[in-house]
Amino acid sequence: MKKVIVLGATSAIAQATVRLLAARGASLYLVGRNAANLEAVAKDASTRGAPKVEFRALDLNDCEAHGSLVERAWQALGGLDGVVLAHGVLGDQDESQRSWAAAELVLRTNFLSAASLLTELANRFEAQKAGTLVVISSVAGDRGRQSNYVYGASKGALSVFLQGLRNRLAKSGVAVVTVKPGFVDTPMTAHVPKNKLFASPEQVARGLLKAADGRKNEVYVPGFWALIMLIIRSIPEPVFKRLKL
Amino acid sequence: MSPADSWGRYPHVEQQTRSLVWRSDALPHGEGSLLPRGLGRSYGDSCLNAGGTLLLTAGLDRLIDFDPTTGLARCEAGVSLDTLLRLCVPRGWFLPVTPGTKFVTVGGAIANDVHGKNHHRSGTFGRHVRRFELLRSDGSRRMCSLEENPDWFGATVGGLGLTGLVTWAEVQLVPIRNPFVVQETIPFENLDGFFRVSRESEADHEFTVSWVDCLARGRKLGRGLFYRGNFAPSQFERLPLAKSHLSHGAGLAVPVDLPAFCLNRLSVSAFNLLYYHRQRGRPSQQLIHYDPFFYPLDAVHGWNRIYGRQGFLQFQCVVPHATARDAVKELLERSARGGLPSFLSVLKTFGDLPSPGWLSFPRPGITLALDFANRGEKTWRLVEALDRVTREAGGAVYPAKDARMGPESFAAYFPQRERFAPYVDPAFSSSFWRRVNPVSLPMPSLEGRGDSAAPPASLLALR
Repeated sequence: MKKVIVLGATSAIAQATVRLLAARGASLYLVGRNAANLEAVAKDASTRGAPKVEFRALDLNDCEAHGSLVERAWQALGGLDGVVLAHGVLGDQDESQRSWAAAELVLRTNFLSAASLLTELANRFEAQKAGTLVVISSVAGDRGRQSNYVYGASKGALSVFLQGLRNRLAKSGVAVVTVKPGFVDTPMTAHVPKNKLFASPEQVARGLLKAADGRKNEVYVPGFWALIMLIIRSIPEPVFKRLKL
Repeated sequence: MSPADSWGRYPHVEQQTRSLVWRSDALPHGEGSLLPRGLGRSYGDSCLNAGGTLLLTAGLDRLIDFDPTTGLARCEAGVSLDTLLRLCVPRGWFLPVTPGTKFVTVGGAIANDVHGKNHHRSGTFGRHVRRFELLRSDGSRRMCSLEENPDWFGATVGGLGLTGLVTWAEVQLVPIRNPFVVQETIPFENLDGFFRVSRESEADHEFTVSWVDCLARGRKLGRGLFYRGNFAPSQFERLPLAKSHLSHGAGLAVPVDLPAFCLNRLSVSAFNLLYYHRQRGRPSQQLIHYDPFFYPLDAVHGWNRIYGRQGFLQFQCVVPHATARDAVKELLERSARGGLPSFLSVLKTFGDLPSPGWLSFPRPGITLALDFANRGEKTWRLVEALDRVTREAGGAVYPAKDARMGPESFAAYFPQRERFAPYVDPAFSSSFWRRVNPVSLPMPSLEGRGDSAAPPASLLALR
């Protein structure tokens, strides 16, 4: 990945990824909501060695703007060969249960906006028969649980969308990498008490790039989540529905 | 390391933490007073805020700009010197001043106006800071430099993080031709030997520092090894600069707190004896990478854990040249007699380049650093005595390494404190600041809550 668009570039995982990409000498097009924060990430990246860094402040929930956004990024970097899609919201499960507007916002941000962007980008990558799409999903998408099923559903839908996309693009030589982090110590989880299961954004970023380099299909980061989620997925539904998860 | 501890792991206090994320954000509201905190390498309680809130600057770790033609680096205050070295050494630049660990932040280096082995040549870190932004709790932001808001600049350099939050800073780096240092090690047989070698070395050596065998007594009092060095000359230029950052950290770590009996008079004596005689009494010269030269202790992560749960007390003072010989002699005699040997004792001559910081610690004279395992009252009494000797010699004690100096000592050491006090942010405070200013407390209601910095009661009586 030498010309990469990073969506949700001010998220902690994206920032850590941007640093690693910058050190490798990748050119970057950064997208996020807050212009001042984006500029801070952009300057950090160019100081760390990215030959070219451009950024654009945009609310990615505005799907109408996705076409022109991708076109601009394409022009700015003279084509793209990598995507890191990292934008997302955790939402509040209780609020999402009370109010459809809150639930819809989670689904829109984590799934609809991602699917719209991936449609634009996948079509271009398919046409050039090259490129790597790296998308941050979540272990929460592997099985619905009462404590966060709206967020889980948005990520589960995203994971399924990516499976289909991978299947479609395999013959074109385009890699679609689904990254499923577990708990990550970021501002998104600042309110959650931390335990040994929490990974740092840097750890996730390293796992993410390793998966991208190896053109992997689905990876859990850190790897032990594969085992945890295998167990969670294997519990029969009649039992699972009675659990407090 | 828990974010609640300082590097000396003493005292232990109860406090809240808030993580800072963006330099353009307003200061968060926390419980009680606020205090910025970087990597927590201050030894005592200047990086603690009992009953208040620490503003963790780890998230403010972005680089902003680096010009490889001028060596001017701009970065957020939470960027570590380690990060700066990784950035600048491969491009032929080095830190203008570096303390004995690279795991400190730029903000912390400013707040403590740190010094290094080149103080006699380059002064303190603050002399090389071109400008910075200071964010106050009222939301105001000031650009501070020697020209712009020079009073805020002078108050904040060495200001122990009390004047507000430094969000970013610009530092002038110095050019190097390669990452290697030619180091000479010269044994000296006693204190007079130190003064002689130090005098001979300063003109021609960028870096000087001495290790002292603090258990040697009588005629051998003050014996030790004098290290002096310069960056290697240009014939070493072909050595690969680009790989120079690869040797960072040997990957050793102290995984657990060692039990108290591991550090005793015998083990410390054995270490000191072996260390001194490793040199076999002869001077030697070697080419060494900057990393082990400047940061020998960084190779062992968490080395402070050798002191166990009780932690340790650091003592670093400077005494003026006029009184230095007698004062250093007495300080060494007292610590050798105290029955609680200092593991690492360091002597160095400070130069006379003034710092822009009003509360800056370094001043012309001889500086001595000692560390003592915390064994309660006995240790307190010894360090208290060393403090008295320093005061009588007209010297000063380093706040970044202190957990116990009293208000009278602080007043004697830092005559500019009254000029400084109005610049303290009304929402900011620290355990250290409250300790040395017991009368004019910014937040009196918080005092005494969870603050275990108080000495044993019997010692209070001694004061």
